[in-house]
Amino acid sequence: MSMEKDLSVTVAGVRFPNPVIAASGTYGFGQDYTDLYPLNKLGGISCKGTTLLPKDGNPAPRIAETPAGMLNSVGLQNPGVDAFISKYLPIAKKEGNVIIANVAGATLEDYKQAVQRLDTTDVDMIEVNISCPNVKQGGASWGVSCEGAAAVTKTVRSVTKKPLMLKLTPNVTNIVDIAKAAEAEGADCVSLINTLLGMRIDIKTRRPILKNNVGGFSGPAVFPVAVRMVWQVANAVNIDVVGMGGISTSEDAVEMMMAGAKAVQIGTAVFTDPYSPLKVIEGLKQYMIDNNLNSLEEITGTVQPW
Amino acid sequence: MPYFCDKYRILEREEIAKDIYSYVISCPEAAAYARAGQFVHIRAEGYTLRRPISICEIDKKKGTVRFVFEVRGGGTDKISQLTVDDYMDIILPLGNGFSVNEISDEKSIVVVGGGIGVPPMCGLAACYKNVKAIIGFRSKDRVILEEDLKRIGADVTVCTDDGSYGYNGVVTLPLEEELKKGKTAMVYACGPLPMLKAAVNTAKKYNVPCEVSLEERMACGVGACVGCACRINRNGENLVLRVCKDGPVFKGEEVVF
Repeated sequence: MSMEKDLSVTVAGVRFPNPVIAASGTYGFGQDYTDLYPLNKLGGISCKGTTLLPKDGNPAPRIAETPAGMLNSVGLQNPGVDAFISKYLPIAKKEGNVIIANVAGATLEDYKQAVQRLDTTDVDMIEVNISCPNVKQGGASWGVSCEGAAAVTKTVRSVTKKPLMLKLTPNVTNIVDIAKAAEAEGADCVSLINTLLGMRIDIKTRRPILKNNVGGFSGPAVFPVAVRMVWQVANAVNIDVVGMGGISTSEDAVEMMMAGAKAVQIGTAVFTDPYSPLKVIEGLKQYMIDNNLNSLEEITGTVQPW
Repeated sequence: MPYFCDKYRILEREEIAKDIYSYVISCPEAAAYARAGQFVHIRAEGYTLRRPISICEIDKKKGTVRFVFEVRGGGTDKISQLTVDDYMDIILPLGNGFSVNEISDEKSIVVVGGGIGVPPMCGLAACYKNVKAIIGFRSKDRVILEEDLKRIGADVTVCTDDGSYGYNGVVTLPLEEELKKGKTAMVYACGPLPMLKAAVNTAKKYNVPCEVSLEERMACGVGACVGCACRINRNGENLVLRVCKDGPVFKGEEVVF
């Protein structure tokens, strides 16, 4: 039982000590959870989405619960990329393992400038959010067409050599085509899925619960959708895939990896149980022992479809 | 201030009014740091989001924390089914809490509570010698914690909207009567937004500082997700802050209602 296992995985050339990454938007810049456990327990942290300039986000309420999940319409409230670089990144780098910046923007120029500024930092990877459903200009308009995804990828690729991870929205007709478009323009890997666009209505007031009317749907309820999309994308591209969407247990993580993910991100589960990423890591270690694995990469993409 | 997340043993459970439950849990480590006005974030089995509940009383010697909540849906109903000696999965203590200041023996504070906003006033009342508590409810059968506030030493005025018990009307008039005496060093309020707004305006009229505890739909509870936004005007600057981490207590004059 006490066997030491190496849980490390390599995604787009970056080594993660374990495949569990805190998902962007659910973990801040890491500092809010250090009372419970050190950040270096996680394989990596994808930091809160940042934009070129600070953003106030959407009006409250921004949160609604759903069966086995939740909606959010935070709307990319963030201190801006400069504050991220000067204030939050140094602490995250010092205390955590792989630190991933997450960038969103309205225009190609926004993406370009934000990534340019990150290029000169010691951030390990840049996740490019072309999938935020909560802001008119939050990137989702880029992520819903192959042309848009290609344009953003090409733009950010031209200003950085850092590993680029394109975060894809599930709110599209064919996510495979979007992933391929990103790959063609030089994305080093893709992460999916961002939230599904959803809505809840208070039947007493006939008002949507979210002030933004609609918001991003996440949590265990979306897991099967995420597994399906990761499987489809992983089968169609040659770059690495990071899977997310409703993962809350190590069994979920294994399933996501079998579908084709090299690493996973955990988001909403942290709200239910802040220790869930650690429990997933422990469960993965046990899975390796039980199945006599030397590397978790041995299970990536090993689903045997009928 | 650190917070903790663990499964804590339930020492006491009581339904103190219809669908309103009082729990006392054993949590010595957390109780040592807990302050009046902070909250606990309770996991409801089978639900994605935890339920934020104000701390009602803190006993640092016994290492216990008490909280009171109303069953409003499936999540709180699930939590209310837990009984003595069961374990409750809680993150605590969270948020900033009320400020407690040195005041002279001649001065008093006023705590204003509305409905399920009354519980945090118990812990706060315990921090001061002279306390006037003005608590409002819809009707007599909704009145809670009147005896608790008296036990803690507060002079209690109960108001009901329908006049079925105590003063007939909202808390604003008794608050104004109290402030007219000129003895009040501080006003604290927790309850529905219109009540908070009235308390802030009344306190301002008598030039008494006021703190209010806000409520918002929350996810993480610890400041990470920025889900529970509120609008605050601080030193002329408009800010969007987090109820869970920057609050839930804010200076009354800073809140943009």
